[in-house]
Amino acid sequence: MRRVAEQTAPPESTGAIGAISAGPPGPAPDAPPHKPDAAVVRDALGVGIAVGLSGFAFGVTAAGSGLSLLQICALSLFVFTGASQFALVGALAAGGNPYTAAAGAFFLGVRNAFYGLRLSQLLAFPRALRPFAAHWVIDETTAVTVAQPDRRSARIGFTVTGLTLYVLWNLTTLVGAMGAEALGDTEAWGLDAASPAVFLALLAPMLRSTTERVTAGVAVLLALTLLPVLPAGVPVLLSALAAPLVLFLMGRRRRGAATASQKETTEKKGGRDS
Amino acid sequence: MNVWIAIGLTAAGCYLAKYAGLLVPAGVLERPLVQRMATLLPVALLAALTAQQTFGDGQQLVLDARAAGLAAAALALILRAPFLVVVGAAVVVTAGVRALG
Repeated sequence: MRRVAEQTAPPESTGAIGAISAGPPGPAPDAPPHKPDAAVVRDALGVGIAVGLSGFAFGVTAAGSGLSLLQICALSLFVFTGASQFALVGALAAGGNPYTAAAGAFFLGVRNAFYGLRLSQLLAFPRALRPFAAHWVIDETTAVTVAQPDRRSARIGFTVTGLTLYVLWNLTTLVGAMGAEALGDTEAWGLDAASPAVFLALLAPMLRSTTERVTAGVAVLLALTLLPVLPAGVPVLLSALAAPLVLFLMGRRRRGAATASQKETTEKKGGRDS
Repeated sequence: MNVWIAIGLTAAGCYLAKYAGLLVPAGVLERPLVQRMATLLPVALLAALTAQQTFGDGQQLVLDARAAGLAAAALALILRAPFLVVVGAAVVVTAGVRALG
């Protein structure tokens, strides 16, 4: 029964691109073989510019957390993955020690490894180019790249999105960090809401099935319950346990349901809806 | 100094994660359980971070203008607004509620 479920499940529904629903699904086998370069560039610029500009919010938030201009720019230049940057700055501002803060940021960055796996097949960059391309393997470049119909478009999409985003994100980080002082009290401007809003915007497209929603719910409960009792940074790390916990419980439930339906109706084909 | 340690570790860790994906042979990361964990881990972390940065103030839980801002962001997301509009809505509403309160 479980074997049937596994075979009928779409192979990519749990894959790396499952995490990126910002863009349309990956290239279908019968997709049109060619897409004009200009159209690819337009898509890529749209994403690159919109998200690149939000580096301003990061610059301001980081400055409000007490980081120096050099530290803030170093983060955007060398970390260059927004969620991890916001998480690190938030954890440091809350008084977390550097190791738990970095661990939280790192775990958020681990998803990029799975994006890279998918991209390396689509882009097929030469080995020598990969260490440089790696730095641009993030949510947005992946979303644009997997949406392209062929390798040429994928390469253009990746490069244009990556370049636009890298340049703009770093420029707006600098402007935001320098502007924070001029703004004075960043809380009066509501800028402390920018960081959680960024997280929510990244999270929303991932909440596609019950498993994701339950995981998010459990993680929120864990985070808020643990916040008052544990040192800063630790509650978020422990909330990550919601992922294996929900996987384990869902797996048990599915197995339970499968055996139950097997007992009830030995004739019928049950247990398909995984 | 502590901040620089955190920045160095995060930069190194995040870069290695990105690079690993491009290098590792496909088979290793394509096991179903690993894939499902990879999809769910960011969900859990992002949800926890959203909640904590909306309702947390140091080690206390508070309900303040940020909650209204995040509600606005959620509404913008439901209306399929672009990324920048979502963040902008949260900022503007939070500022507005603070100015009124």
